[in-house]
Amino acid sequence: MAEKALVTAEMMSQIGTESEDMVLEVEKSVVKRFVEAVEDPNPLWQDEKYARKTIYGGLMAPPNLLCTVIAGAGGGRVRVKSSTPRRGGVAGGDDLELFQPVRVGDVITSRAKLVDIQERVGKDGTRRMYTIVETTFKNQKGEVVATDRSTSISW
Amino acid sequence: MAKQLFWEDVEVDSEVTPLPKVATRQMMVKWAGASGDFNPLHYDDSFAEASGVGKPIVHGALKRAWLIQLMTDWIGDQGTLKKFACQYRAMDYPRLMKTTSEPHEGETWWCKGKVTKKYVEGDEHLVDCEIGVENGKGEVTTPGTATVILPSRG
Repeated sequence: MAEKALVTAEMMSQIGTESEDMVLEVEKSVVKRFVEAVEDPNPLWQDEKYARKTIYGGLMAPPNLLCTVIAGAGGGRVRVKSSTPRRGGVAGGDDLELFQPVRVGDVITSRAKLVDIQERVGKDGTRRMYTIVETTFKNQKGEVVATDRSTSISW
Repeated sequence: MAKQLFWEDVEVDSEVTPLPKVATRQMMVKWAGASGDFNPLHYDDSFAEASGVGKPIVHGALKRAWLIQLMTDWIGDQGTLKKFACQYRAMDYPRLMKTTSEPHEGETWWCKGKVTKKYVEGDEHLVDCEIGVENGKGEVTTPGTATVILPSRG
């Protein structure tokens, strides 16, 4: 069955679009809610007394906290605008590079860029759109702490 | 935390200590609140049905968080996660709740991994791993890879 292409010229013209900067302070309470939802009891995230004795000398954030919380807050990301609504979508995959540990108390600024849109036809003949967004995270010293290349799939 | 793992302690094919997880609808709600991802795909039956995924599914980012925990538990405080990637290949459906705190019987997910490469680059002692989330049928729904820096006994 021939279906109309999902990806339009209108969408392709948005490749290269960048988001506004989004700023997140890595507060203790943000980390606590996050690790409680994951059920991750590592004392490095929550037990100050314990964390002080480690090589870090204080509480840390799990490596994926940034990309999750910042993306979830709806900022620091780009969405493909389209005049034809899609029926559904899911996360496809993530590729993280971590350059610096993130401490509780750090102030992180992130910016996302739409780097690619692809259309693929699945085994069942369904057309799917793959959207690839790269996000860069910097700390208060201007150091890049992490990058995330994230793929989402919609139909 | 458990005893610190050193680079000298692992070999190619060494197992990453497996981590069991039980996804529940309640966990989906907690995760939505913690992550700020309020997509109804993860808690609303009719929305999930209309989207074409059947029932509410486990968030990809939560499965990623499980795999990150798998690695941070294993490498200990002195280990560093350097690279991490995973693909959300198949849907996972959380257990429903029996009481306010207990889920119904059902699936348990296992996060697993094994060492594929052990090497030194500059002053970094590195280990590559193949990792993944396995569903109750033993199928890997979320495969991935991780590169970690481990402390060395020198």
